[in-house]
Amino acid sequence: MDLAQFSQQLINGISLGSLYGIIAIGYTMVYGILRLINFAHGDVMMMGCFFAYYGILMFSLPWQFSFIIAIALTAILGIIIDRGAYRPVRKAPRISALITAIGVSFLLENAGIVVFGGRQKAFFRPEMFDSIITFHGIRFLNLAIYVPIITLTLLGIILLIIYRTKVGRAMRCISHDMETTRLMGVDVNRVIAITFAMGSAAAAAGGILWALKYPQINPLMGIIPGLKAFVAAVLGGIGNVGGAMIGGLILGLAEIMLVAIRPDLSGYRDAIAFGILIIILLFRPTGLFGEKLPE
Amino acid sequence: MDVHHRRNQILSILAIGLGFVLLYLAQKYLTSYQVRILNNCGLFITLAVSYNLINGVTGQFSLEPNAFVAIGAYTSALLTLSPAEKAMSFIIEPIIWPLSVIQTPFIISLLAAGIVTAIFGFLMGFAVFRVRGDYLAIVTLGFGEVVRVVANNTQTITNGPLGLKALAPYTNVWWTWGLALITVFYVSRLVRTSYGMAMKAVKYDEAAAEAVGINAFRHKMLAFTSSAFFEGIGGGLLAHLITTISPTLFTFFLTFNLLIMIVVGGLGSTTGAIIAAILVTWGGEFLRFVEEPINIFFIHIPAVPGMRMVIFSLLLVLMMIFARHGIMGTREFSWNWVVDRMNGLKFLLRNRG
Amino acid sequence: MDFFAAKNLTMKFGGLVAVNDFNITLKRGEIVGLIGPNGAGKTTVFNMVAGYYEPTEGTITFSKNIINGKKANEITKLGIARTFQNIRLFTELSVIENVMIAYHCRVKSTFLGAVLRFPLYRREEKMMHEGAMNILEEVGLASLAKERSDSLPYGQQRRLEIARALATGPELLLLDEPAAGMNPQETQDLVDLVIRIRDNHGLTVFLIEHDMKFVMQICERMKVIDYGTTIAEGTPEEIQNNERVIKAYLGEA
Repeated sequence: MDLAQFSQQLINGISLGSLYGIIAIGYTMVYGILRLINFAHGDVMMMGCFFAYYGILMFSLPWQFSFIIAIALTAILGIIIDRGAYRPVRKAPRISALITAIGVSFLLENAGIVVFGGRQKAFFRPEMFDSIITFHGIRFLNLAIYVPIITLTLLGIILLIIYRTKVGRAMRCISHDMETTRLMGVDVNRVIAITFAMGSAAAAAGGILWALKYPQINPLMGIIPGLKAFVAAVLGGIGNVGGAMIGGLILGLAEIMLVAIRPDLSGYRDAIAFGILIIILLFRPTGLFGEKLPE
Repeated sequence: MDVHHRRNQILSILAIGLGFVLLYLAQKYLTSYQVRILNNCGLFITLAVSYNLINGVTGQFSLEPNAFVAIGAYTSALLTLSPAEKAMSFIIEPIIWPLSVIQTPFIISLLAAGIVTAIFGFLMGFAVFRVRGDYLAIVTLGFGEVVRVVANNTQTITNGPLGLKALAPYTNVWWTWGLALITVFYVSRLVRTSYGMAMKAVKYDEAAAEAVGINAFRHKMLAFTSSAFFEGIGGGLLAHLITTISPTLFTFFLTFNLLIMIVVGGLGSTTGAIIAAILVTWGGEFLRFVEEPINIFFIHIPAVPGMRMVIFSLLLVLMMIFARHGIMGTREFSWNWVVDRMNGLKFLLRNRG
Repeated sequence: MDFFAAKNLTMKFGGLVAVNDFNITLKRGEIVGLIGPNGAGKTTVFNMVAGYYEPTEGTITFSKNIINGKKANEITKLGIARTFQNIRLFTELSVIENVMIAYHCRVKSTFLGAVLRFPLYRREEKMMHEGAMNILEEVGLASLAKERSDSLPYGQQRRLEIARALATGPELLLLDEPAAGMNPQETQDLVDLVIRIRDNHGLTVFLIEHDMKFVMQICERMKVIDYGTTIAEGTPEEIQNNERVIKAYLGEA
């Protein structure tokens, strides 16, 4: 692999990785606060894509508007899911919450099939993201530059909210000790709702970027990116928002590079994430994310 | 211990005998569609009961049955197909030796399916039981995905996305319900031994279980490997029931169906898993109408594929919110209970008459 | 060689030193108390001895074996049983099942032998059942054998936890605040129970307790720790009159 090819793959890897990263943020935020793997997160991302799709197609909105409205709607969807499905099981054993999350995931996927239809739909790619850049023998879509810029900007905004606002402080407190935070007079449910809204909005943004990159959408499109983003969140240390982005980048680069080096293994691309997850488990069982036996 | 032990044993044998008489009549007089549902019920009892052993009884929430069923299905299919058939269906790349020359009878193939899957489960257990809770769920889910991806790519073993076709339709109600009987016997006996009690102890409080000398890891492995064994044989029966297998058959969707069953039945209850396996299998068929076009007077509703799964996933969420313990909770069927009820009924009737 | 000895035990969690250079030896048959204010590191000592934490430094020897680094279930098998500060029974199981489980680690039948109810397993099951009944008899819970364990009142749950620990066949019994939450009558019964089981089973008892009346009555020797460090040791009378202890602990009460 010469330098040009390498740079080409590097750009691909970074743009894919930052998408995993932005989706992973939602996982990591919710897990940090509720200790719940929001299985439905990938499907929330899918919903974001469809909101944007229908915004452009049915209401003929300019794409900028459509995207923003889709992100807002997805944030609201996140709040509804929390209110309707997760809040009622918050006091129940953790397993119940996990099963609920799996149920919500399937509900969104199948409701998607019923409402949107199961077939692939072509996603509209605005001209702005549709030009090819040629640079010293490397060719890539200018989208590949926009994706990391946009995701890093969003990451910056989210970090600002978490570390510089009152709501963010409440989030950090809840992740430390929910009951005590409640006793301090913080409206815990409201903060959790905001967390879901933020995570879902980030997922929608990630999903729209995803659909711009791979402009075919269908109701099951969220499953694989969702699972991989989860692995990214674990890689970066779950609960750690910046880490999620780093985990995403590692994963994206690993996937792209492996396929570049060994094209014959490209069929295994979807297994890489889980391979990484399993290796972490074998060698750092408690280091990155294992829970110690309760005292 | 139980003064009615002998009586209950006799009742069980009678009930099983009656069950097989009914099966005989069923496969003789029912339509082939109805027999297929009956087969599915038997098969799903096996899968749900063995899945419940690790998830419900031992409390290790895991999401791998699709992987186990896939391994079992492929193992048995590759063994029952004749060398000539294999040579014919592997058109892109030829099948590797020794699979290319081996052919075994159905029962040997099924046993091999169980053993291979159990070995896989055993090895997998070393990796996955380093974690618990949500992580266990996601890692086992990951294994399921990896198995599917591998099945898609190991062209020389699985024939890749083309899958294996024209398997002999060996599976019938005797096989499906026979295996269900053996699985139920094994699991319900196991949970009543001290091994089973130790599994429950691990579920309720792992630290306390360790404090009374229970090796939690070993008991998780026992439950997991047992589960893999029966899921593997079940996979073999599935392959020879539908006679065509390909990687798309073994997605997380299969696991989701089993999950609904054990949740509806009550996590931890074998009885519940049996009841729910039948209810969900039969209910799924019953609900077929919601996906077909409906005409009510002048209103025409077009066909809506996916509607059944909407109903099932909604059911799962609602169960978690309103009826977390399912039909049976962690209780089990017992003859004593039945006999008590019958006596109560007799008493009531006599007093009234 | 001592029956049980802990030497230079230190436990650090990150920067926090929970236990610092803890030493103790126990002679066979003793009842020894470990006391100290909340957060002094008492339960951490127990968790190290019982195999829940691996000590950062130091060694623990028990009947000629070095046991630190071994897993909790292995240590139980070697003959150290424990109870927990917050009662941890297997709630949905019956009283007798809670005790029978403790015999499981000594079962020789394989799981298949058990499933198929081979004669060996049947004998073992009978032994488990009888053994559990005897122990329940001893702690006064025999009549409640078939009840669900979480339906028992608090004091009896404590007794059941002790019964469960006894059933593992220990030589050393670790009791973590056995009298917590008990009324004076229950506490008095507990004193009698602990002494009785010590005598019947040839146990050595090492216990943590806040109830001073209980400790003074039952312990032959005690050790006081504060902020992870030993501040005194001796007979109950000596401890009662120790300036540092009064200051650190008794003075507050």
